[in-house]
Amino acid sequence: MSASSDVGYHAQRHARWHYGEVVFWLIVLACGFAFPNRYLIMTDILRLALFTMSLDLILGYAGIVSLGHAAFFGVGAYAAGLLALHGIVTEPVLALVVAGLAAMVLGFATSFLVIRGVDLTRLMVTLGIALLLEALAERFSNITGGTDGLQGIEMQPIFGEIPFDMFGKTGFFYSLAVLFLLFLFARRVVHSPFGLSLRAIKNNPLRAAAIGIPVNRRLIAIYTLAAFYAGIAGALFTQTTAIASLDVFAFERSADLMLVLVIGGTGYLYGGLIGAVVFRMLQELFSTITPQYWQFWIGLVLVVIVLVGRQRLHRWVLYVPNLVIKQIAGRKAVVAVPESDA
Amino acid sequence: MTAILTNLFDGVAYGMLLFVLACGLAVTLGLMNFVNLAHGAFAMAGGYVCMVLVNRMGWPFFAALPLAFVSSAAIGIVLERTLYRHLYARSHLDQVLFTIGLTFMSVAAVDYVQGSSRVFINLPAALQGQFDLFGVGIGRYRLMIIVICGLLTIALQMVLAKTRFGSRLRAAVDDPRAASGLGINVPQVFAFTFAFGCGLAGLGGALSAEILGLDPYFPLKFMIYFLIVVTVGGSSSITGPFLASLLLGIGDVAGKYYVPKMGPFVIYTMMIVILIWRPNGLFGRTAAR
Repeated sequence: MSASSDVGYHAQRHARWHYGEVVFWLIVLACGFAFPNRYLIMTDILRLALFTMSLDLILGYAGIVSLGHAAFFGVGAYAAGLLALHGIVTEPVLALVVAGLAAMVLGFATSFLVIRGVDLTRLMVTLGIALLLEALAERFSNITGGTDGLQGIEMQPIFGEIPFDMFGKTGFFYSLAVLFLLFLFARRVVHSPFGLSLRAIKNNPLRAAAIGIPVNRRLIAIYTLAAFYAGIAGALFTQTTAIASLDVFAFERSADLMLVLVIGGTGYLYGGLIGAVVFRMLQELFSTITPQYWQFWIGLVLVVIVLVGRQRLHRWVLYVPNLVIKQIAGRKAVVAVPESDA
Repeated sequence: MTAILTNLFDGVAYGMLLFVLACGLAVTLGLMNFVNLAHGAFAMAGGYVCMVLVNRMGWPFFAALPLAFVSSAAIGIVLERTLYRHLYARSHLDQVLFTIGLTFMSVAAVDYVQGSSRVFINLPAALQGQFDLFGVGIGRYRLMIIVICGLLTIALQMVLAKTRFGSRLRAAVDDPRAASGLGINVPQVFAFTFAFGCGLAGLGGALSAEILGLDPYFPLKFMIYFLIVVTVGGSSSITGPFLASLLLGIGDVAGKYYVPKMGPFVIYTMMIVILIWRPNGLFGRTAAR
């Protein structure tokens, strides 16, 4: 077997759908029917999952550390809000795509700033862009509604057929459909040769460049794509909650996002999804114990995760599921163990 | 004309304050290459210690300032020995996550202990109000800040350049391996420097309560300012961050005065442009040389 066909064989084996993945999505769908009075929180989780997947694309796969990913979320949120408020694009799905594209344009424009420099510069630049946008949104309060946010957004029915209901049922299934479609696309992307080249860049940019990968162009491409995903997540936020306020750009949102991704695990797509579920549950738990000070416990979780070591943590988490699967199916892992990251 | 001078004076005071707040970060981030986003938490700790001592226990303001320094430095050294030390060799992502976690914890903890509203430190009468100097309004408090911070800056520069400890630190930073080979206890030097930086931040926090405002969200609100000082100033010497702080202080005060609506906008744009233009900072060494 030649080297390239060997690589191709392993890449294809990784790209194949596992039973575990099918089960995962069936469970998610089943949740929609099993907990009809929890649609709002579940929609929230789906939205967060999509947003986290977006960060995973650049952090987990390309190794770009970003502290300002909320910038794209915010642009998507405001774009969707403004489109609906002024009746420019009333059909939600179309508006979603337009909002995503708006964030994508910003992502493309700022990617040239982000790919320059090392980790620290990237941190600062991404953080700066998010803060800049927040300041802008506050400044042009005649457009964005300033600190009050956009109010009075009314969503039209999806495809002109399915109206949003007040229990959030439509919102949930709508978000789920969007998340699943985008997940499929992301899955295709990360298993493609393009995705493999991103991992090569993350592990060693110099070596990647030496074997002929156009490093900068790949980074620009994935950053732009991630911005699109984040924009869609933001637009979903506006569409399902009918508000958009300045806090979509907040630093806390970007910081929380990192926590979500780290809980779930970087460098595999389910990390974002699992992280979102665990994070929201933790948040619920902490805010029932101490409504005002849940941030303390979130911070503690972060500190502990880092001190214990993220790799070790994920091995523990996957230990029991893997053991079960080993017993039943004789196969090794339900999901790929996350790789070491940036 | 006098308005310009008054603004300049305020800007210098503000910049000096930022320098004292951020110069500890210049060492950890610039020299030790550790991304410490929790630096503002140490400043806040110093500010709150000073507030409690002055307002609740009736200490004189000038007696409380050194204690703000000492308490922040003590917190710093404890955390350095127990937690930070393990993370020096880890990736930047780990460091960011860890220090964001610490920041969140400090915000919530202070909120829990002291409440979420802004606190003020009762100042002695001698520091209140302002006087005219050739028609320029000079705030007494700001003058004191300039004096204290100016002296501190000179002292720091002297310590770094002239003393044995200064040369040890510079050696440890330039090449930790070679330095420890020469018998310098590198971890100890780093720990001491870290604690000293935290102490300065605490002192800065105590001084800044009057000007910047002190509330539990202080570490998050001013994090970006500290980072700007360090990244724009570069880390090759103490002069870089100092000039960057002055620039930022004057720019911010002038921005808020002349174009109040564009205030933060100007600062962030400037930062991004400088970072793109010179990724090692305005006054930093370039990697090529």
